[in-house]
Amino acid sequence: MELTVLVIKSLVILAVFGITLLIATYSTYAERKVAAFLQDRIGPNRAGPFGLLQPIADAGKMFFKEDFIPAQANKWLFILGPCLAMLTALMSSAVIPFGDSIRYGSFEVPVQGIDVNVGVLYVFGVVSLGVYGVMIGGWASNNKFSLLGAIRAASQNISYEVALGLSIIAILMMTGSLSLRHIVNEQNGFFQWNVFTQPLGFVIFLTCAFAECNRTPFDLPECETELVGGYHTEYSSMKLGFYLFAEYINMFTSSAIISTLYFGGFQYPFMHQVHDALVDSLGSTVGHNIATGIGTAVLFGKIFFFIFFFMWVRWTIPRFRFDQLMNLGWKTLIPLSILNVVLTGAGLLFDKFKYATWLIVIVMIIMAATNAIKAPRRKPVTVPQL
Amino acid sequence: MEGFFMAFYRMGWHRTAANYVRFIANLRSFLSLLSMNTASYLPSDYIPIFIQLSLALGFIVVTMLVTHNIGPKRHSVKKDDPFECGIPTQGDARAPISIKYFLVAILFVLFDVEVIFMYPWAVNFMQLGQEGFIQMVLFMGLLLAGFYYVIRKGVLKWE
Amino acid sequence: MLQIAFFAFIALTLIGALTVLLTRNVLYSAYALLLTLLGVAALFVFAGADFLAVSQIIIYVGGVLVLVLFGVMLTSKPTTISTSTVVASERSNAILAGSRGVWLGVLLAAGLFFGLSRLLMNAHFALFDQPISKAPTTIDTIGKQLMTEYIVPFEVISILLLVALVGAGYLAKKSIKP
Repeated sequence: MELTVLVIKSLVILAVFGITLLIATYSTYAERKVAAFLQDRIGPNRAGPFGLLQPIADAGKMFFKEDFIPAQANKWLFILGPCLAMLTALMSSAVIPFGDSIRYGSFEVPVQGIDVNVGVLYVFGVVSLGVYGVMIGGWASNNKFSLLGAIRAASQNISYEVALGLSIIAILMMTGSLSLRHIVNEQNGFFQWNVFTQPLGFVIFLTCAFAECNRTPFDLPECETELVGGYHTEYSSMKLGFYLFAEYINMFTSSAIISTLYFGGFQYPFMHQVHDALVDSLGSTVGHNIATGIGTAVLFGKIFFFIFFFMWVRWTIPRFRFDQLMNLGWKTLIPLSILNVVLTGAGLLFDKFKYATWLIVIVMIIMAATNAIKAPRRKPVTVPQL
Repeated sequence: MEGFFMAFYRMGWHRTAANYVRFIANLRSFLSLLSMNTASYLPSDYIPIFIQLSLALGFIVVTMLVTHNIGPKRHSVKKDDPFECGIPTQGDARAPISIKYFLVAILFVLFDVEVIFMYPWAVNFMQLGQEGFIQMVLFMGLLLAGFYYVIRKGVLKWE
Repeated sequence: MLQIAFFAFIALTLIGALTVLLTRNVLYSAYALLLTLLGVAALFVFAGADFLAVSQIIIYVGGVLVLVLFGVMLTSKPTTISTSTVVASERSNAILAGSRGVWLGVLLAAGLFFGLSRLLMNAHFALFDQPISKAPTTIDTIGKQLMTEYIVPFEVISILLLVALVGAGYLAKKSIKP
């Protein structure tokens, strides 16, 4: 690899790294604002205009808190736990294509850390490493709540990883490549977006992404009513900060991957026309770069929508019970995703028909509707007048 | 003794031994050959991952060092105990836990292997066509039969 | 640059393996095994087998090692630790390996190593002699070979997985009282 290309790639990686941290920081602010909006409150508004400096104040507070290590904990594993959680969270953004390409002189560098043939699997590999951060931290604390939380987290993560892996196989069958850039390029045209060809796969993937990020309704590992703080009960200072921060980074990364896999990544309707018009009016270098910038902005718009969606769900839906969680993962999502694969395959073999899985969706909607009609009417609860 | 050598010879292990010596001598060229021959990419394509890894590691190490050094440190016997809702700690936390979790991990490994086998098939789905599809349905069907058995046995029943 | 990275990963793999051997705390050796497996995955990347590297991480690191850790964490009884050999602060954090049957282990390891190296030496790699494979990626080659030439082993694998599932069900029947 030439040195210039390597330098540009390093700059891209540095930029992605910085943006990841920035977005994760401001996700905490956004979460509190969204929660405040949904609960009819004001939310943070003291630090800076509209409370915009609140995340920085929080980070400063985290740094100056006492870094506490319990006497009976295994010291090195206790420190290693949050570090590993953070490391796996930071590593997974490497293969995401954030834009088309930048032209610079005679070079054309894609806006992506690294375009490998096994892009999707790289993400899954890093995700499967994410179990260790929680498990090491929870075990090292030598606290019953931490250990239970860690084991719950680990079994939840591995349960939903299977359905996560199965749900994207249908996409791979249509695209014929594991490279994320290839998958994005395949979705040119609004109705070619995988969310329209794979509606069921999208729902399964989204559910599993929630479970992998330990977000509500799947936040059993840190369920306050049963486990105090879950696996990070004993943690304080920036170690606790790392665990919480890793969650927000994972949220950002999974939003980016959902947008890339199912919502066309940096593609938007009439992209080629816009690109051609810009190249015609501004020249092949500047015009192309501006078109790339627009694509990147569109991708970030999609990502922000999904981050908002994560928060919206968190403040709307209550938490599952553990048996419900396991039943949903093993007995519903895995059989459904295998059915999805088989039906997609049948559709593709029969005249390359891509929209076969709508059949499952229609059947499920009809079943839900008949269930709702058959179910005994609940009497409206009358509130006694005082 | 001669018989032993004859047996050794007949089983072809002398060739193995000679090959083994040659393998050790040529280890580096062997590995460079491996990396150049069959690959459709170069190992240097993966350098950006190492850049990202070192960036992430640097960030984590610096943050950890800073936070370890600037916070206050106050110890006391009660405070250093593990938290147990304010009552005195009972025993050790590392008690054996339900085997259900272990069974879930076993099931996960088996399904993980299945999913990994499905990726190369899915990528080549269009070329392999109907024949490959039937073979994969057979593969999945066998596994799903086992899965049905496991569910009926109540492995995934949580109370 | 690449040479340095290559030897660094070899060192990582070997250090991990040695730690697995030399530490007596089973949990530490499990984490050292994590290092070894990651190092081997990186060496697979150097050997031009990126799909194999990722499968190694997903199956071994993400699956098998989690299983091992669950086994160690959930079944251990810390009371069996002899208090004299462990530092006081480490007492509740150590799960010590019983060092019975050392010679059996050595014999098993030597046999396995010999068998595997013999297999490697005498194997005929069909793709090895061809200049550069025409398939765009390794995963294309693997998929095509798996579904055409090696279809019988592929289906046998599914039977093997089925047997393992039935075994898991049997384990459950013994341990879960209805």
